Amino acid sequence: MGAQLRVYKRRIRSVTATKKITKAMEMISASRIMKAQRAVAASSPYANELTRAVTAVATRSNAKHPLTAEPVGATRAALLVVTADRGLAGGYSSNAIKAALELTKRLQSEGKTVDTYIIGRKGVSYYGFRNLTVAGSWVGFSDKPTYQDAKDASAALIDAFVTETADGGVDELHIISTEFVSMLTQNPVEARLLPLSLEETEANAEEQGPFPLYDFEPSAEGVLDALLPRYVESRIYNALLQSAASEHAARRRAMKSATDNAGELIKSLTRLANTARQADITQEISEIVGGASALADANAGSD
Amino acid sequence: MAELHVELVAADRKVWSGEATIVLARTKSGDIGIQPNHTPVLGAMDPQPVTIRQADGTTVIAAVHGGLLSFADNRLSILAEVAELADEIDVDRAERALAAAKTESEAAAQRRAEVRLLAATGR
Repeated sequence: MGAQLRVYKRRIRSVTATKKITKAMEMISASRIMKAQRAVAASSPYANELTRAVTAVATRSNAKHPLTAEPVGATRAALLVVTADRGLAGGYSSNAIKAALELTKRLQSEGKTVDTYIIGRKGVSYYGFRNLTVAGSWVGFSDKPTYQDAKDASAALIDAFVTETADGGVDELHIISTEFVSMLTQNPVEARLLPLSLEETEANAEEQGPFPLYDFEPSAEGVLDALLPRYVESRIYNALLQSAASEHAARRRAMKSATDNAGELIKSLTRLANTARQADITQEISEIVGGASALADANAGSD
Repeated sequence: MAELHVELVAADRKVWSGEATIVLARTKSGDIGIQPNHTPVLGAMDPQPVTIRQADGTTVIAAVHGGLLSFADNRLSILAEVAELADEIDVDRAERALAAAKTESEAAAQRRAEVRLLAATGR
């Protein structure tokens, strides 16, 4: 076998092995998308009811609560970025990080200091590599978040929010996550969790009709106290679940194109290997023919 | 008999939903019983079993660990981070958790185990 042919054969073998791996990852991600979407659907009754209740209290009572009051001249903001723990998911993490950096720049141009909190190893390593300060980070659950994970993260954020600004607290709470639009489209989205933005709550109110006149137990303030941390947790939980579904979808797409590319590569390598083999054979034949005719010529000469 | 619709929802799933004639729960300011056509109410709840009586006489008991109840238009939603029906509770495990919480004197964990046991065994 010719040296050229052997090199091609070896490359085909290695690309085939890679293709098997990417194909497996593609199928694993595809099955996890469904699971992640089911988790989003299972958490939505809680999120919807909670949003409705928060909106009801916020619009129906004149309760002043630190978590809803619009601060005058906010100077510090917290930003939570949701990224992936693992790579091989196309532009999933980098898109979220890009959106986070843009938002950071915009907030800074408004004169606010930004504390960045990160979920996911990719974000942590991006910020760590560039020596950017990170106020807090959580890793290890980006592909399968639980409510407890959301609770841990939101506890730190609410803590920062209720701390006085002078003592290192923040006035605003933003979150960057990736919205799962479809299997093919996932967009990074930003949302301001706190203080509660009234435009959003009013839009919801119009959709669902006017709110009844609730009696509050024990009081509107007491209900808000209990409600708002739960609301933040549930929003973060929802963002985590959406991001997990997006991560799987992005990974599936990236792995699908990797598998396709490997297939293409194998095809063209096979063609090259065939040509090399054919060239070897042609050369051998012409050598034999050449040798035979040289022998024949020599024999004819001696006669 | 008039009935009200109940949705018992935990953070990651819907625990129970159906029609009921009366629901008993404990808010931060005391026990509350909700029958059909109750005035709209929105309350923060204490960790305590919630009792749901249905029209056919059966009773559903669920351990609800804090959270919120909201009632309007004959529709009651009970939202809790953690909620489980009495027959989903592992009594042995709850008893072990209670013992562990007592020795480590963790008030929240102890209360959680107590509510579970209360819901599962009525003690």
